[in-house]
Amino acid sequence: MTLIDLANPTRFLAFTARLLPWLVAATAILLAVGLYQSAMAPDDYQQGATVKIMFIHVPNAWLSMFVWGVMSLAALGTLVWRHPLADVAAKAAAPLGAAFTFLALVTGSLWGRPMWGTYWEWDARLTSVLILFLMYLGLIALWRSVEDPSRAARAAAVLTLVGAINLPIIKFSVDWWNTLHQPASVMRMGGSTLDRAFLIPLLVMAVAFSLLFLTLHLAAMRNEILRRRVRAMQMIHVAQAGQRAG
Amino acid sequence: MPLGPYATFIAASYLVVLVVVVLLIAWIAIDYRSQRRRLNELETEGVTRRSGRQTTEL
Repeated sequence: MTLIDLANPTRFLAFTARLLPWLVAATAILLAVGLYQSAMAPDDYQQGATVKIMFIHVPNAWLSMFVWGVMSLAALGTLVWRHPLADVAAKAAAPLGAAFTFLALVTGSLWGRPMWGTYWEWDARLTSVLILFLMYLGLIALWRSVEDPSRAARAAAVLTLVGAINLPIIKFSVDWWNTLHQPASVMRMGGSTLDRAFLIPLLVMAVAFSLLFLTLHLAAMRNEILRRRVRAMQMIHVAQAGQRAG
Repeated sequence: MPLGPYATFIAASYLVVLVVVVLLIAWIAIDYRSQRRRLNELETEGVTRRSGRQTTEL
């Protein structure tokens, strides 16, 4: 089966039905390994045991931006190729992105209180991530407010591409402005500044959360395809009932 | 695994992630069952897709 074959919703449903059990198993195993390594990681010499929050905060923060990136690619698929699976992918990803962004904000707050002395500060990094969260909620509201999925898809695609401007602002906010948030310490020029004792559990957790997103995204896409089939069949049902009455 | 004086913050972080992930999984599973049930009902009533294929076969 080639990649283009998956662009057919029926083939996509059949393929993901076979793939999902393997993805669930891989996600569960990797999460278990990552959680074990996180629990066994040593305390940081400055932050003590609160460094363990990093192992869940950072993967969620990465995913909050990555999911918007996935939605931006899907938005291009909707606007340029008008492919139905592209807007299915975008719509299914939005609630997941909102959840990961929410978790990045909450775990960041819970890490900030003992380390910075405050749950929240209106600095560039925290504020730009909060804006990302509000944009996710706006997109979900847009999808729900327009009944015709294809019309909603085009409006959401434009909003998604405009919102993508926020991604480099989030990424470089810690370099462009003075913020409480620490600068990049993993994805940076010159390599990671993290010790291997922290870096390895962090990367395992990042891969585990990415697999979790992939699994949930494929499952949510299947649901969205089924929802559109229900809608189409209901319209046929109403039309048939109208013909019989007429 | 002693968590020191900030154990509450660490435990709360992991707990909130667990709760949200469980809610996401539950929401997707419930949504899937709901869509399959509605498809079954429509197909039982004799409504077929334009292609004539049954979605519940997948």
